[in-house]
Amino acid sequence: MLEAANLECVRGDRRLFSGLGFSLSGGELLRVAGANGSGKTSLLRIVCGLLSPAEGEVRWRGSSIRSLREEYWKEIVYLGHSNAVKDELTAAENLTVACTLAGMKVDRGLVLAALHRFGLAECAALPSKALSQGQRRRVSLARLILSENLPLWILDEPFTALDAAAVDYVRTLIAQHVARGAAVVFTTHQEAEIVGTMSTLDLDTWAN
Amino acid sequence: MLTALRCVIYRDLLLAMRRRADVLTALLFFVIVVSLFPLGVGPEANLLRTIAPGVIWVAALLASMLSLTRMFSADHADGTLEQMLLSAAPLGAIVIAKVIAHWLVSGLPLVLIAPILALQFDLNQSLLWVLTLSLLIGTPVLSLIGAIGAALTLGLRGGGILLSLLVLPLYVPVLIIGAGTVDIASAGLSAQAHFLVLGAFLVVAAVFAPWAVAAALRISAE
Repeated sequence: MLEAANLECVRGDRRLFSGLGFSLSGGELLRVAGANGSGKTSLLRIVCGLLSPAEGEVRWRGSSIRSLREEYWKEIVYLGHSNAVKDELTAAENLTVACTLAGMKVDRGLVLAALHRFGLAECAALPSKALSQGQRRRVSLARLILSENLPLWILDEPFTALDAAAVDYVRTLIAQHVARGAAVVFTTHQEAEIVGTMSTLDLDTWAN
Repeated sequence: MLTALRCVIYRDLLLAMRRRADVLTALLFFVIVVSLFPLGVGPEANLLRTIAPGVIWVAALLASMLSLTRMFSADHADGTLEQMLLSAAPLGAIVIAKVIAHWLVSGLPLVLIAPILALQFDLNQSLLWVLTLSLLIGTPVLSLIGAIGAALTLGLRGGGILLSLLVLPLYVPVLIIGAGTVDIASAGLSAQAHFLVLGAFLVVAAVFAPWAVAAALRISAE
């Protein structure tokens, strides 16, 4: 489904990795590992099309994501380092806007249910600046619940700032999603034990 | 696509509602700058009538500049811009929505308050209408051109100053034609040609600016 061929990433004067390739099909989980600064976030941004690689290309179902553009973005969820949560908007408004932009049709009931499952039921109507860092992360991750039918999730450090219970819940979500036949790419520094087949891509071995 | 357009306009208006101080600052700036001129120049009616269109137009340019830096920078800082770049809707449509919201929040109030401020310059009533109409067609052009500058200077240090240097020269044609509309009408001639040129600016900017902004945003996201 997802293929990366001969990727090279240069940031500033430094070449982070080159000749990197992998392929991922439905029902597979890929963990991108590596030391700080090894280019994990850059790789994920290349895979979702925010960053263009110095060389190589990423293909989705056989065609390059640069030509697919919106067709590709319709099918993926990318949750980056920053939570993409607006301080002035409530948790429910943030989630509604994020889902609408992603091309999903959501109503208030679905959004509140998703927030409820992430333990944010009481905070749904609060402006997000009143939320803690972990709660904001949950607002951003709540989109995953509404994106169960999208075939690719790209998650950059999904577990940061979360408490143990929430980490477990996100792990379950990922495991369920993979079991449904979708693909997930993620990075984490924490030991992630997710049930199912997980392959690891260690960027340190591609560095030069 | 229309859903995304509506959603972004609604979101930006909601944000503006919850950060009312920002919106009022630009409007008050416009009111104060325009009101300083009659105080500084003195109560000579003929002189005031002559400088009125220029002063009001320049103040409108500066006031709409004030809010430009915020157009994309807040979204850039909290990561929501990234999500817009990965949206299922074309980025151009989202840019159009953001420009419309920006104009509704920082352009339209200037248009509405301008005739009242113009009274200080002893403009007669028919000229008030000409001035308001010229601002109504001209301020969206300012938002469109300004969006290009805001997108290009996104994430740069000292982006605010650079933005002014980049955008103000591009505003010059709009300023000349916009203020010229009132001048020519006050000479008793038809301002139709000026209005048509302003309208042409608006059409050209509306077609090309969203595309340029989208390209600039993709570059600054990298």
